[in-house]
Amino acid sequence: MSDSLPPAAEGAEPGGPLSGLSPRVQQALLVSASLVLVVGGWELLVRWLQVPAFILPPPSAIAGQLLAMGGNPLFWTDLAITLHEVLAGYTLAIVLAVVLGVAIAQLPVLELSLMPYIVAFQTIPSVALAPLFLQWFGYGTASKVVMAALIAFFPILVNVIAGLQASGRDEVQMLRAFGATRTQTLLKLRVPNALPYVFAGLELGVVFALVGAIVAEFVGAKAGLGNRILQYNEQFNIAGMFAVLMVLAASGMLMHGAVSWLRRHLLFWSERHDRSADS
Amino acid sequence: MDALSPPPAAAAPLLRVSALDMRYRSRRSGLLHALDGISLDIAPGEFVALVGPSGCGKTTLLKLMAGLQGGFEGDITLGGRPVTRPSAEVGVVFQEPTLLPWRTVLQNIMLPVELARQDPRAHTDRAMALMKTVGLAGFEHKYPKELSGGMRQRAGICRALVRDPRVLLMDEPFGALDAMTREFLNVELQRIWLGDGGAARKTIVFVTHSIPEAVFLSDRVVVMSPRPGRVAEIVPVDLPRPRKLSDMADAHAGQLLARIRCHFNLGGSIE
Repeated sequence: MSDSLPPAAEGAEPGGPLSGLSPRVQQALLVSASLVLVVGGWELLVRWLQVPAFILPPPSAIAGQLLAMGGNPLFWTDLAITLHEVLAGYTLAIVLAVVLGVAIAQLPVLELSLMPYIVAFQTIPSVALAPLFLQWFGYGTASKVVMAALIAFFPILVNVIAGLQASGRDEVQMLRAFGATRTQTLLKLRVPNALPYVFAGLELGVVFALVGAIVAEFVGAKAGLGNRILQYNEQFNIAGMFAVLMVLAASGMLMHGAVSWLRRHLLFWSERHDRSADS
Repeated sequence: MDALSPPPAAAAPLLRVSALDMRYRSRRSGLLHALDGISLDIAPGEFVALVGPSGCGKTTLLKLMAGLQGGFEGDITLGGRPVTRPSAEVGVVFQEPTLLPWRTVLQNIMLPVELARQDPRAHTDRAMALMKTVGLAGFEHKYPKELSGGMRQRAGICRALVRDPRVLLMDEPFGALDAMTREFLNVELQRIWLGDGGAARKTIVFVTHSIPEAVFLSDRVVVMSPRPGRVAEIVPVDLPRPRKLSDMADAHAGQLLARIRCHFNLGGSIE
């Protein structure tokens, strides 16, 4: 097994063919190689075993579907609708979670009275509320936005609270010794100190928002990528389903990557970040 | 303080602690008598060290002087006014440098100016001069994680000095550093303190549990006994200044060290 290249790759393979390259390039090469192997193996196996296309389509058929979708304006409309639901829900979740999180972290009364509800509510599988939201907010995008917001809300909220409460006593005392007011302590210590936590929540939240939007579309929708998956499923167009799945995966990775990028640039000072990006 | 009997002007203490008593309830050990009848007068420009084993309340005493904690009996006055909350006349250096990692070294040093909503431009020159004095010139725009432990603590000292306070309270500032760095910073601290002459010289209260550090730095060593914290003895250190590390090997310094040490041997707890 070619152990997935830990950071200490320098001494690991002294004579290996990749030993002259940086760990990042080595990993990129290995990932591309494994992709070619998996996709090629899949194609060969499906053809060789003559697996019916409605069970498992070959990668070539999925690629064909992807190309066909690319030329279909209806697909782009669906993509835009789903992304809009995700981003609107995500934004709503961020705003609500930050406002409520700051309030809870600052006011012990709120923390004591609300935290039990928040913990309890979190244990409800939120996706089970999708049919209810359909009743309340209709078949349009509103019910999807609400679902996306609800699922993304909790990880952000929990991290905002944890982050705002994470400031060390030493730092709080230091600020007080230099005459800081409560507001100054919040703005100059607690908020920046909370950012690494908040971003951990934001990275989870954006992926959760995508899940929320798709689940809500499954339950009832007239458009969107989730709706498209259901349609292809009914038409036994399994290659089409896979194609949409790939678009969803790419969208999720892009959005998550954008949040990660923002985190790395804003939180260059953070210890956590130090450990993950060592090059 | 009794208004009818003002202290003689020549010896007017800057920082005065009288009949200080502090008890508090702790979850683990119930009612704790932390400080018991502490009285201490500190003159302007004086360097006083507080030594004692852990649990003797020396850090608590320092926090009370800094106005960080209330709930005591007795009086603490600074320049005749009771200390009730943190003041711009007092700079504090903590055990940990507690620099904020998202700020550059200069931004960290300027934090007290910012918190007081003072004009940063008026203080930047002073901050830069302080950084030069402690050997941090050129590190203004570095981040704390790029600095060594000793350099971070020096930045902490600059931060405490940036608003030019009259009093500097230092709570085991070099306790977390290795022995070599610690000795070097002791020499540096003496140099910085002696650098200000006359009325500009800072009054320093320095908490430590290193007896040699206390003797090397201070004019008087206040020896505290544990639980409840009391002043066991105040030992004047009459070694000439500026002192060198090698002076600590002199016979007289040895006597002072021994005199302080015997308190801890009797108490049975030496750190």
